[in-house]
Amino acid sequence: MTPKFKAQAGTFESSDIMVLIEPVTEETGRQIDISSTVMLQFENDIKTTINQVLDELDIQDVHLIAKDKGALTPTIKARVEAAVKRSLGIQEGTM
Amino acid sequence: MKNALGVEIPEYIEGFGELKPFRGVWKSIIEDEAPATNISRTLKAKKPHTSKLCDNLEAAIKKCNPFDGMTVTFHHHLRGGDGVLMQTIKILDEMGIKDITLASSSLTSAHDGLVPYVEKGMITKIFSSGIRGRLGEIISMGKLKYPAIIHSHGGRVRDFLTGRIKPDLSVLAASAADEEGNATGSHGPSAFGSMGYADIDARYSKNVIIVTDNLVDYPCVPSTVRQHFIDYVVKVDSIGDASKIASGTTRITTSPMDLRIARIAANVIEHSGLFKDGMSFQVGAGGASLAVAKFLREDMKRKDIKGSFMIGGVTSYGVDMLNEGLFQAIFDVQSFDAAVSSSVLNNPNHIEITCDQYANPNNCGSMTNKLDVVVLGALEVDVDFNVNVITGSSGEIRGASGGHSDTASGANLTVVVCPSFRGRLPIVKDRVHTVVTPGESVDVIVTERGVCVNPSKPNLAAALIKAGVKVVDIKDLKEKVDAMTGIPAEKELGDKIVALVEYRDGTIIDVIYNVENLS
Repeated sequence: MTPKFKAQAGTFESSDIMVLIEPVTEETGRQIDISSTVMLQFENDIKTTINQVLDELDIQDVHLIAKDKGALTPTIKARVEAAVKRSLGIQEGTM
Repeated sequence: MKNALGVEIPEYIEGFGELKPFRGVWKSIIEDEAPATNISRTLKAKKPHTSKLCDNLEAAIKKCNPFDGMTVTFHHHLRGGDGVLMQTIKILDEMGIKDITLASSSLTSAHDGLVPYVEKGMITKIFSSGIRGRLGEIISMGKLKYPAIIHSHGGRVRDFLTGRIKPDLSVLAASAADEEGNATGSHGPSAFGSMGYADIDARYSKNVIIVTDNLVDYPCVPSTVRQHFIDYVVKVDSIGDASKIASGTTRITTSPMDLRIARIAANVIEHSGLFKDGMSFQVGAGGASLAVAKFLREDMKRKDIKGSFMIGGVTSYGVDMLNEGLFQAIFDVQSFDAAVSSSVLNNPNHIEITCDQYANPNNCGSMTNKLDVVVLGALEVDVDFNVNVITGSSGEIRGASGGHSDTASGANLTVVVCPSFRGRLPIVKDRVHTVVTPGESVDVIVTERGVCVNPSKPNLAAALIKAGVKVVDIKDLKEKVDAMTGIPAEKELGDKIVALVEYRDGTIIDVIYNVENLS
């Protein structure tokens, strides 16, 4: 699937992550920009977690910007999923 | 050579000579001979009825004949508002003095301005109980010529007495002083309370200058530092930023996490066997540690417990507890807010003490040795109960040893409070990055996920379990937290020693290596 809209999820609070999604043209692939207060310690973990969610949701072409303030893995997963679903226009309920 | 914690310590360091390895909390102090080199007081003389007053700080410093390689000392009672240290260094630099050893009782955010002086080699050695901010970063990157020495508050006094620190010039700020140099921090527009750290400088430095923004008619009453040690007196317009020197009152944290940890810590104290009439108590001024005082205050009122004394690092919260009669006295080496200064001045049971009396391991009456309970913070702890309060998550120097190891060594019950992780960084490690306080002197670590009791205190663990406190094995806690946060990547460290952590007895407990990559 390919994101249609700009979308975001998360906050800039400590222990949270802000995820922004920008649609890109098909076949451009994934561009993931991460900044984090725990970059030195967890850059790879954050990248792996984000890619895992994108894989599960079958997103190949996307520009994703993540601004992390030390979110735990379940938080990262939830924020990425919410942002992606909003960008696809398939959110349900309060999402 | 390896010290008692297995840390490889160089036998010799350029600029400092031979090093002694840490052997255990009391071993060197009790078993070793008393330090051979002991300084004597500088003999000074002054003709009758001559004036010590100088027109400005520069004139006073000139009279002290500054020279290359000299040691300049300061106290840090002005905290983040200090304007005197930077002013002095600037003057010395303009006079062309270089190769300076800076020995301030601590360095704060007010001292980031030291960076260029360190980078150009005007300052080549630093002794301090704490180093923070940009200064900590550039030292971590190896910009200071010789390794910085991180000492404890008590260790600094010892360093003066053994001649490790040989003060040539001490510039001491005061909020009130007279023409002879009788000086205090307890009154005046810039009042900052106790002047306890400055006493050792005043007594043993070859040249002592009192700097004040408030020159009062002779005699300055009451005064802390006395005239027979003082060479010169300078009246300046400002000793620093008054709003950062002493303002308002310290508030208890509203962070639910800190309050939760503090509540548990207070339960630990209540069921430790020490919670009874005559108890003595010290608490740090930071988040969770100060909040313990709030719960202890409630518990003491509820159970009608009357304590003996508090030591500080005193906040207005401690003053309130004194005024309520929960403790008989406060011994104050350092005051943290404006409300404390007036208590030092007006309440005879609020007693200003020197750092020597507070925590020097080599005297026979340290207050820390009479302490029942101390509550301390931590940047990191480890499964052996060692505590790091000096290096941050990237291995950079960013904290303070302060009185941490002094109080931990003396107290009957040393309680360390910290969250189990902060912003995804696990706080409980296999080994802390830098040991400031050895696990041997830490009894309990309190986190929001349970209380860890040092295996050397099985009776305490049993008492706490009986009282319903959630006691957990520290290794199990570490595993649980790691599972939530993930394991952080290893730090990239260099092979240059940028700082030595000196234990309070003068031995080296840990070394800090340079950090290649500071984000």
